[in-house]
Amino acid sequence: MSMLKIEDLNVYYGSIHAVKGISFEVEEGEIVTLIGANGAGKSTTLNTVAGLLKPRSGFIEFEGESLVGVPAHKMVSKGIALCPEGRRIFQDMTVRENLEMGAFTRSDRESLEMRTRVYESFPRLKERRTQAGGTLSGGEQQMLAMGRALMSKPKLMMLDEPSMGLAPILVKEIFDIIKELNDQGTTILLVEQNASMALSIADRAYVLETGRVSMSGNANDLLHDKRVREAYLGG
Amino acid sequence: MGFLTNLINGISLGSVYAIIALGYTMVYGIAKMLNFAHGDVIMVGGYVCFFAMGSLGLPPLVGVLLAVIACTCLGIVVERLAYKPLREAPSLAVLITAIGVSYFLQNSALLLWGADPKAFASVVPFPSITLFNGQLTISSVTIATVLAAAIIMVALTLFTTKTKMGKAMRACSEDKGAAELMGINVNSTISMVFAIGSGLAAIAGVLLCSAYPTLVPTTGSMPGIKAFTAAVLGGIGSIPGAALGGVLLGVIEIFAKAYIGTQLADAIVFAVLIVVLLIRPAGLLGKEIREKV
Repeated sequence: MSMLKIEDLNVYYGSIHAVKGISFEVEEGEIVTLIGANGAGKSTTLNTVAGLLKPRSGFIEFEGESLVGVPAHKMVSKGIALCPEGRRIFQDMTVRENLEMGAFTRSDRESLEMRTRVYESFPRLKERRTQAGGTLSGGEQQMLAMGRALMSKPKLMMLDEPSMGLAPILVKEIFDIIKELNDQGTTILLVEQNASMALSIADRAYVLETGRVSMSGNANDLLHDKRVREAYLGG
Repeated sequence: MGFLTNLINGISLGSVYAIIALGYTMVYGIAKMLNFAHGDVIMVGGYVCFFAMGSLGLPPLVGVLLAVIACTCLGIVVERLAYKPLREAPSLAVLITAIGVSYFLQNSALLLWGADPKAFASVVPFPSITLFNGQLTISSVTIATVLAAAIIMVALTLFTTKTKMGKAMRACSEDKGAAELMGINVNSTISMVFAIGSGLAAIAGVLLCSAYPTLVPTTGSMPGIKAFTAAVLGGIGSIPGAALGGVLLGVIEIFAKAYIGTQLADAIVFAVLIVVLLIRPAGLLGKEIREKV
């Protein structure tokens, strides 16, 4: 049984049909990536799974349980965390407080335990723990957003454009961390415009084009596919 | 001594404004709306306490407690019925609704309790303190008001910086979507803020009526507007700003009354607001809104 199963998902923004019957699956322990151009419906899909948007029709199943109609604030306790596009960390709160918010549904003891683990994965966050989130650099903010999502001990972590606006060296660092999190047992659903980076760490991938899945398969195969190379990897 | 008396009275009146302004500023911070019905909650608190003490003969402290409970419930109900359905509506619709709620509360009070002024008995039944051979008299209400404001400020600061719910409130004020992703129930957090703000308004109401003991259905509207001014002066959304703005406004008002003229006092109060906003558009302690380009 798949951990996450999406079937024939349709999402609208008002009258705009943003996601047109997308189906895909994520198995436990995998890194699955959704790649595609701007406006392909990648972020919309993630936000719908997270409960921030309501689908017009279709099924979303997590560990055999339907997620349709479940409000966003109940997703964390089901084991799903979304690290949103643009990071959206709490700018006026300290790094530590941001992390505490990530463990909002957890007990104080678990929160403390997870904070120690997050500081191990992101030593830079520990150094800056008393600083306001808004004063961090872009890369540090991305680390904070990921650390914050990890604080809830998610089974499935969804990441929306983690490489956005970061220098290439930082992108590499962020992707190494994603891979590491996956090795430690977190299932990852990754949305990226940086297709080559995403395909290089993913197990499987789905290519989205104007709200539809146009191709899918083994990430390594797609990385070497002629059509994918031409469309998303610059030839 | 006249100066000192005026200063003390100003700080006391300002403390009432500060307590009301805290409710305005916290609600604005999280719901991004100006709750113009907030002032009328003060009046409801006053009436509840008045009847608890007068008609039921309950002790003052019980009267205050009942007023706080009644206003807390009122705040939650008003938010649920009037504002929650408008969460996605344009802010103008919410603003007009708030003004509507304000008139509704005033006219309900008129219907329930009549238009004749009630003589409010002080909830602080202690004698005044006399200092400097009788040259300076400080009433017990004055002391209680300043103390109450100080305690409330400290308690709110601890709440927002040390407790999980307080931090969740700040998180919701910054980014509701992100807060939701953390597992925070944004709707119940907004309810909680309305509850706190309205409970504080009840305390402000009984203190105000104890100092200025005439209670009518419009008792809350002028202090409400002044407290709103105080919140804007201090920087709306900022808790220390509301306290600073409140005290400043109270002192300016009393000094203007004493040295310039009673009739001009309100005009001077609002003129100060205009001048401050011209120099610091975000208010004294408000954050400049960063424009993304």
